[in-house]
Amino acid sequence: MFLEILKDPTQPTVLRAMVSGMMNYEKDSEAIAGIEEMARRCRAEILKMTHRASAGHPGGSLSEIDLLCALYKSRMNINPDEPKWPDRDRFILSKGHASPGMYAVLSEMGFFPNEELASYRVKGGICQGHVDMKWTPGVDFSAGSLGMGLSFGIGCSIAAKLESSSRTTFVMLGDGELQEGAIWEAAMAAKHHELSNLKVIVDLNNIQNDDFVEKQMRMFSVADKWRSFGWNVLEIDGHNVEQILDGLSWFDSIEDGPAVIIASTVKGKGISYMENNPSFHGAAPNDEQLAIGMEELGF
Amino acid sequence: MVEMGATRDGYGKALLKLAEDPKVVVLEADLGKSTKSVLFRKEYPERTYSCGIGEQNMMLVGAGLAASGYKPFASTFAIFTERGFEQVRNGIARPNLPVHICGSHGGTHTGTDGSSAQSIEDLAIYRTLPNMIVMHPSDIISAEILTLQLANAKSPSYTRTARNKTPVIYTGIEEKLEIGKGVILKEGNDVAIVACGVLVSEALDAANILEKEGIMARVVDMHTIKPLDTDLIRDSVLRCGAIVSAEDHNIIGGLGGAIAEYLVSEIPAPLERVGVPDRFGESAQASEMLEIMGLTAQHIADAAKAAVARK
Repeated sequence: MFLEILKDPTQPTVLRAMVSGMMNYEKDSEAIAGIEEMARRCRAEILKMTHRASAGHPGGSLSEIDLLCALYKSRMNINPDEPKWPDRDRFILSKGHASPGMYAVLSEMGFFPNEELASYRVKGGICQGHVDMKWTPGVDFSAGSLGMGLSFGIGCSIAAKLESSSRTTFVMLGDGELQEGAIWEAAMAAKHHELSNLKVIVDLNNIQNDDFVEKQMRMFSVADKWRSFGWNVLEIDGHNVEQILDGLSWFDSIEDGPAVIIASTVKGKGISYMENNPSFHGAAPNDEQLAIGMEELGF
Repeated sequence: MVEMGATRDGYGKALLKLAEDPKVVVLEADLGKSTKSVLFRKEYPERTYSCGIGEQNMMLVGAGLAASGYKPFASTFAIFTERGFEQVRNGIARPNLPVHICGSHGGTHTGTDGSSAQSIEDLAIYRTLPNMIVMHPSDIISAEILTLQLANAKSPSYTRTARNKTPVIYTGIEEKLEIGKGVILKEGNDVAIVACGVLVSEALDAANILEKEGIMARVVDMHTIKPLDTDLIRDSVLRCGAIVSAEDHNIIGGLGGAIAEYLVSEIPAPLERVGVPDRFGESAQASEMLEIMGLTAQHIADAAKAAVARK
């Protein structure tokens, strides 16, 4: 009966999410605690990386990090010893400025040693300012210009379909990024070609470079926009690991076209002075702020 | 009667032959009937993806396919490839993903559609991107053969094809065609006319005009604008002492610009550039456009004489 509910697209998505959550991943408190602990370590690395570089994007890295940790720890089918394994799942960080979060996670997953995080924004370093597939093991897309990752993900998903591979393409978008018109070209194309192996997460942190999204370009209901493009849509709290895990299993239950999770997040999450503060979209913590942040994280 | 053909048809024929390779995928942006990718779509619909009227998306879908081991061939009008320029720059050229872009209906030769459809800057802008191969074949045969060769390229490419028919040039000399190598179509010692695309046949006619006046012109089909065959340019300077470039493209930044860059830094020599005189086009027949823009055989011959006079 559970499976029938899961496969029935006429069932409410919330119900399908609940059911798939019950069926799939281990949601025991130990697994959740492990992901939360990983995210805590990654948050510290985000602070240290941007502090060391005196530059970078901590705010969006902190908003995405719980999502990234849960995705990589519980779902991504990858092999850190063979980063280019052709049949790996793909993860495309379209909001590529939030690279410190990505690097911290890749290091945690064993793609490269922790010491390499010190190369963030440093000449010759593998951790470029924006994530780049040519520089960093485990990075599948050369980002930096917003509005591009979803289209690239479509190409990856089509390739998987043509090869009859079961691999999945995950794409993370920012909410400010949704103002790029090309996102909606891609949203149409993904549905037109019914790419059920394409899974998108929107990190809805409500802040973009200059100011709050609401001030820069009002978005109204992001979920309704995706629904109207024919996508399967689920809304979650992007900092609640249990909800994230449920969302990831909901992803796997979707076989009727592309799916998107709209994850409500807080920009700068976990660091008091960064939370919901547009100033920390693209500014690094100073010495004092680093110390405060590390203390708040329990280090 | 001169045999005629359109380079866009050469592209379409090449795609059909490339279909043997299961990694070849065709991407369209609602202009497949015009660019001739429709020939592939009819036979291989499962490997043809419509991107609607959405060029920005199409370019990056190509990038994702190329990053996954496929060989995407994406086409639209030359001018509309430019809509996705930054996608090409950041998503294709920068990570050096072999996506093959074909821009049909390039140049003022496109004719009656008017200035909005007549790309006069495509060769220049794609030439500025690291890793890109940039080509503008001159006839239906070379368009087909050069497109076939792209399947083995390790870099992304931009190929401009033309809407209207031009004389067939390469019958019986197909083996001379190789990406990155210009072809000497006519030998001469007095001046070298280096042309691309629809102006190659005009350049051959110009050589005949010049010959009647006792000037022997070498004619080079420089079908690949990047990487430029600088060995052949050098050889042409050493043999002829003066160069004329000829292209249906803005006089700024295209083939003439590429040759000028090479000459000034390596082997200074008189260069006369025949090209669109930094202005937009208008609606007229292809032959009329060549006249309006100063791109006919006679214009090329006049430029050749000016170049010879500067030796």
